[in-house]
Amino acid sequence: MKIAIASGKGGTGKTTIATAFAQALSKAKKSVSLLDCDVEAPNSHIFIQPELDQFEDVNMLIPSVDAEACTGCGKCAEVCQFHAIVVIGGQTLVFPEMCHGCGSCTLICPEKAITEIPNRLGILEGGLSQEGIRFGHGILDIGEPMAVPVISKLKKWQDLMDAEIVLIDSPPGASCPVVESLRGADYIILVTEPTPFGLHDLRQAYKVTQELEIPAGVIINRTGIGDTGVEQYCEEMGLEILMQIPLEREIGHGIAQGKSLLEIKPEYENRFLQLHLQIIEALSIVDRS
Amino acid sequence: MIIAVSSPDGKFNTEFSPRFGRCKFFIIMNTDTREWESKPNPAANARGGAGPQAVQFLSDAGVKASITGRYGPNAFTTLKTAGIRAYIADAGTPEELLDRFIAGTLEEVNAATGREMH
Amino acid sequence: MKQLVILSGKGGTGKTSVAAAFAHLLSLKNTPFKAVIADADVDAANLELVLSPSVISREEFWGGSMAEIDPDNCTACGICAEVCRFDAVLVKEDLYTVDPIACDGCAACVYQCPTETIKMIEQIAGEWYQSDSLYGPLFHANLIPAQENSGKLVTLVKQQARLLALDEEYDLVLVDGPPGIGCPVISAASGADLALIVAEPTASGVHDMHRVLKTTAHFDVESLVCINKADIYPEGTEAIEEFCQNEGIRVVGKIPFDLAVTESMVQGKPVTAYKADSPASLAILELWKEVVEVIQDSEE
Repeated sequence: MKIAIASGKGGTGKTTIATAFAQALSKAKKSVSLLDCDVEAPNSHIFIQPELDQFEDVNMLIPSVDAEACTGCGKCAEVCQFHAIVVIGGQTLVFPEMCHGCGSCTLICPEKAITEIPNRLGILEGGLSQEGIRFGHGILDIGEPMAVPVISKLKKWQDLMDAEIVLIDSPPGASCPVVESLRGADYIILVTEPTPFGLHDLRQAYKVTQELEIPAGVIINRTGIGDTGVEQYCEEMGLEILMQIPLEREIGHGIAQGKSLLEIKPEYENRFLQLHLQIIEALSIVDRS
Repeated sequence: MIIAVSSPDGKFNTEFSPRFGRCKFFIIMNTDTREWESKPNPAANARGGAGPQAVQFLSDAGVKASITGRYGPNAFTTLKTAGIRAYIADAGTPEELLDRFIAGTLEEVNAATGREMH
Repeated sequence: MKQLVILSGKGGTGKTSVAAAFAHLLSLKNTPFKAVIADADVDAANLELVLSPSVISREEFWGGSMAEIDPDNCTACGICAEVCRFDAVLVKEDLYTVDPIACDGCAACVYQCPTETIKMIEQIAGEWYQSDSLYGPLFHANLIPAQENSGKLVTLVKQQARLLALDEEYDLVLVDGPPGIGCPVISAASGADLALIVAEPTASGVHDMHRVLKTTAHFDVESLVCINKADIYPEGTEAIEEFCQNEGIRVVGKIPFDLAVTESMVQGKPVTAYKADSPASLAILELWKEVVEVIQDSEE
């Protein structure tokens, strides 16, 4: 089963919940993997502390033009949808940061003057945590704009997706890195906070899950502040509230230190095992309907 | 020689545009005859790669030197490749900049002057 | 005319709360600058919730294009599926369709299809707005959920804000940035004169602050740091201060954790407008004065 943990708003507690969930399941002897797909700002490794012993570069193939073979016909520039290749003054210029690595220019060149060379975007790192969680994350290189190819490669990496339960810690937001992280999940947990910002962004995130046609439920984190807007919204939309975690200085302080939620509150272990059962139940209802 | 100045409104006597790739117009001028015409910049609303597209437009128009406020790295690389000389100015109308170009008092640049501009 | 962008790396550190407070402080009578405000977090545009905007104009944003296969013309040769690098061509028996969520819009299939059966269809990806807010003109946008090109929409919002600022002689464009360090952040930071990083002193917050500072350095944008919720983990705050001192980065302020920030959000107001004497408001006022100083110094 693949469960993604997402949110619209940043900082609601996705990583806190994903890591605690992974640890609880692992303690219950389930085969678990945790993929941190927030490749721009990955944090799960801080709490899971995996022994990282597998590494792989993520490269995008970008065009390299053989100036001698090039006739300046301009077909490559014509087909490029991203303005990454330009023909001017009889020369062909490539702008790697604009390139999507689609290979279209390479295919179209009538002189076969284009070869593809790897351009590094980032790196994948993986390993086992002490509890036996199979861990993998991607780190986008500084200055590289595109997170999606790194996320895409992480999700195909090694046997991370083969575990009995695959947890995907997704980045915040509602655009393509989130979509890439969530694609193929069986269920999505939306983590939010009970405030107007939390509600506004939950609406966005929920629409993403609907677009992807994946069932979703909500965890409300840091209850006790804010307002009841999120609760009311969940009721209106028939979104199951799977768990509520109160705002507690002790939790905040522990997370600040880099301790996982289960380290701070071991009594939460059962809540996360419950969460797993709730999701199984929710999916079986979906299957039946 | 044919040169170009970026312009917000296509006029010869109003302040030029400090932006290159997405300026609304270019004033194309002949330094020998002082004749000029205004042409809309096809890259003004480009989704991406405006700088290089603007250079392509100037290159097709036979422009040999460009005057603006700042160039992003992609625009600058493309200008060099196209053999178009890059000049910058702080202020001026196209007419004033034409005079300064002819007098040789405009600053030519040899590296991108802006960070990557969007 | 200067551009100040507010970033964080990690989400939820308080960018929008600080941006809203700045917008409020910028609108007061004896303020040194007139500012146009831009909300560059187009996935999760929250600034409009606390600035009370009235929309003056709204425009569609057309993002990229998506490939569409005409089933009547398709000979099921399979070339499109072969060339597609994004797993976007779905094949069921002899029926070839494009998965719109996976499609990157590269059009490789269009050009390789031997029967010219595939077309690129433009996609509407969102909307952007020019509004009048209680604190000045606001440019903001909403990306349609699951759409691509949020970086382009960010660029569009900023361009519009910049154009108004230039036309009507505003001194400053204040940009509330998105979390992360990828394309939307790069678009938000591009062309900025100054970045204010809102950091939180937690293990995750510090880790991501380093990433965003490296990013602004990479793009040559001068950066300042302020520490939000500074008292929740004093050791973290000290670590940030030490790091910044070693790197020559100015820490312009520390904001304590203060429930007034959430209360003001619930009331739909910037915290400095809601409760000027709350600890967070007082700290933000001090930090604002330092930022103003940096901007004014840079003009000399």
